[in-house]
Amino acid sequence: MPNQSDLIYRYDGSFDGLLCCVFESYQTKAIPIDILPSGATAPLLFAVKEVGTDPEKAKRVLDSIPEKLGRPALEFIRQAFLTCLPQKELHILLFLRLGYRYGPAVMNMLTDKVVNTLFKAVNHLTRESHLFKGFVRFSIFNNVLVAQIEPQNYVLPLLAQHFCERYPEERFLIHDKTHGMGLVYQPYQSTVIPIEELELPEADTDELAFRSLWQLFYDTIAIRERYNPACRMSHMPKRYWNNLTEFSQISYQPGQTKPIAMINRLTSQEMPPTGTNEIYKGGPA
Amino acid sequence: MDVFDKLKILTDAAKYDVACTSSGVNKKAAAGGIGNAAACGICHSFSADGRCISLLKVLMTNICAYDCKYCVNRHSNDTARAAFTPRELADLTINFYRRNYIEGLFLSSGVLKNPDYTCEQMIETLRILREEYRFSGYIHAKAIPGADHALITRLGMLADRMSVNIEMPSQSSLQLLAPDKSKQAIFKPMAYIQSRIQENSHDIVQYRHAPKFVPAGQSTQMIIGATPDTDFQILNLTESLYKKYKLKRVFFSAYTPVAENHLLPALDTTPPLWREHRLYQADWLLRFYGFTAGELLDGEHQSFNPYLDPKCHWALNHPDFFPVDVNRASFHSLLRVPGIGVTSAKRIVSARRTTSLSFDGLKKLGVVLKRAQYFITCNGKTADGIKTASTWMLRTLLSEKTLKLYQFNVQSEQLSLFEHLPALPSGQEDLLACLTSPI
Repeated sequence: MPNQSDLIYRYDGSFDGLLCCVFESYQTKAIPIDILPSGATAPLLFAVKEVGTDPEKAKRVLDSIPEKLGRPALEFIRQAFLTCLPQKELHILLFLRLGYRYGPAVMNMLTDKVVNTLFKAVNHLTRESHLFKGFVRFSIFNNVLVAQIEPQNYVLPLLAQHFCERYPEERFLIHDKTHGMGLVYQPYQSTVIPIEELELPEADTDELAFRSLWQLFYDTIAIRERYNPACRMSHMPKRYWNNLTEFSQISYQPGQTKPIAMINRLTSQEMPPTGTNEIYKGGPA
Repeated sequence: MDVFDKLKILTDAAKYDVACTSSGVNKKAAAGGIGNAAACGICHSFSADGRCISLLKVLMTNICAYDCKYCVNRHSNDTARAAFTPRELADLTINFYRRNYIEGLFLSSGVLKNPDYTCEQMIETLRILREEYRFSGYIHAKAIPGADHALITRLGMLADRMSVNIEMPSQSSLQLLAPDKSKQAIFKPMAYIQSRIQENSHDIVQYRHAPKFVPAGQSTQMIIGATPDTDFQILNLTESLYKKYKLKRVFFSAYTPVAENHLLPALDTTPPLWREHRLYQADWLLRFYGFTAGELLDGEHQSFNPYLDPKCHWALNHPDFFPVDVNRASFHSLLRVPGIGVTSAKRIVSARRTTSLSFDGLKKLGVVLKRAQYFITCNGKTADGIKTASTWMLRTLLSEKTLKLYQFNVQSEQLSLFEHLPALPSGQEDLLACLTSPI
């Protein structure tokens, strides 16, 4: 039986780093009270242990998961790692500990506290990423599609496939303002890179015309006799409205700089071919 | 007339058509093309009436040779008329699609000149999208009743889903309100599309790359509340449509008064939204819960209970079926418990493999116990403090709002569940007004 230690693990924020924490926990037969990424401030009371990322250890843990817990469990913790659950790292560790003990059955232990918390968080993630397949709104600058989103969870890796299959011949950029990351695509290559700030250029006449056409359509399609704002709000909560074209003010703001060059630069970088692992590894900073 | 005016007029004319989903097919863009589709459907926005916007829903034209009395585009109506050219509409669709405003196009049309000509215009639009833009996104096209079969086939090859609107749930209503349409004219294209889909499914088995005909299946819609047809008739029709024509969906549209006519409800009638809601609930019970139309309504009870949803109503009238034990009951029995849906039932079935479920465990799974607790046991035990006296049950099964209405309408001193529930109060119009207006 492992001891509840009063250590805090600190890792580099990557998925591999987290797997090394799992390794560390088994090696020292102890469960930390929390696992924090390198940027976060740790409470002063507890000792912090730096857990380095060793690809070999990470690979041992990674290989053991499908073997002992089954493929669905590996997919599950990969998704759990993208959620906005507080203490997600600790929950993933506890989940894996349960999994090594009970095997693939852990995926059915929905009434267990740890499993339940993680399932809810993953549900939240998948629901939000599904919503964003619809709620992403591109503006076209110089034939490059640019969108900004503010999701609660880190949904970009889950959106990548969908949008790459949707616009295979376009160049596009989806900027996640919450996590400071961006999904960049140019024909047949995509990658996720950190983008802290992104200033959007002025929209041209075409772009403005289509925005107002869309607003016109949006306003016209509603049936007055069935007006039901509560229902709209439950399907499309207000936190998503900021980046939706249908609610934006359409007007020119003169005197703005035109950072088109920056967007062109971002989308024309040399990019590695998309591999699922690559995307999962680059977690939010 | 510029594209702004056209879009406004032709959206306004199309908005009463509710059959607008983007579901049923998985696709990705071909090389050099644009557009994909997800079988689950994707909502891109929600309009102020709370309905999903997923497709660019417009008419090719609202100029119409027909004079259907319930329709806003009828020949005799004095309204602005417009028509898109195929090129205009295709360009608009692509530009909306590139910005991720929409999942695809929903194209219907008034009958311009004759059905064949109208159909050709629609085909040209779809052809530009599919062949010139190599668009693989979702397209829903209306089959125009009376158009040539060859044209319907061509349209079906270009579209993902097709639909023929039944509009009126019975032949007599149709004769009265849509003198230019007949039951045969509607069912003929529906049967034709169905036969082509079936044929095509054989082809696809033989030749993997055989062109697909209406891969997302066909749907239909009918208008509720414009005619005296009962829920029982509508539900039976729905069931037979699913069985006979293998429809993917049947949509119901609460009639919004658009015309003054002695054959139609008055202009100030509120749309019967509660009835539409009950019909959708029943529709779900038919498609996902293994119910049949005959179980939900019968010749004596032709209307849905306004206070209770159809499943709850069924459960209260079948006390012999309950309680159901969550640790033993089959998936299909669980589905019959009010408050347990497909997701909850699936979770229960998977969670009970590793542990014995208690009421607390059910709560953790996200099963809403408010109504379910009266109908289930966990290892033979009922929930704590459950009273199965009918008055108590009624109070908790109804929401506060409907309970007030119930007391107000039925005016009985003591709430009695089983005696009053099957019968509808006589003043149905008053009730309708009550239910649809805020209290």
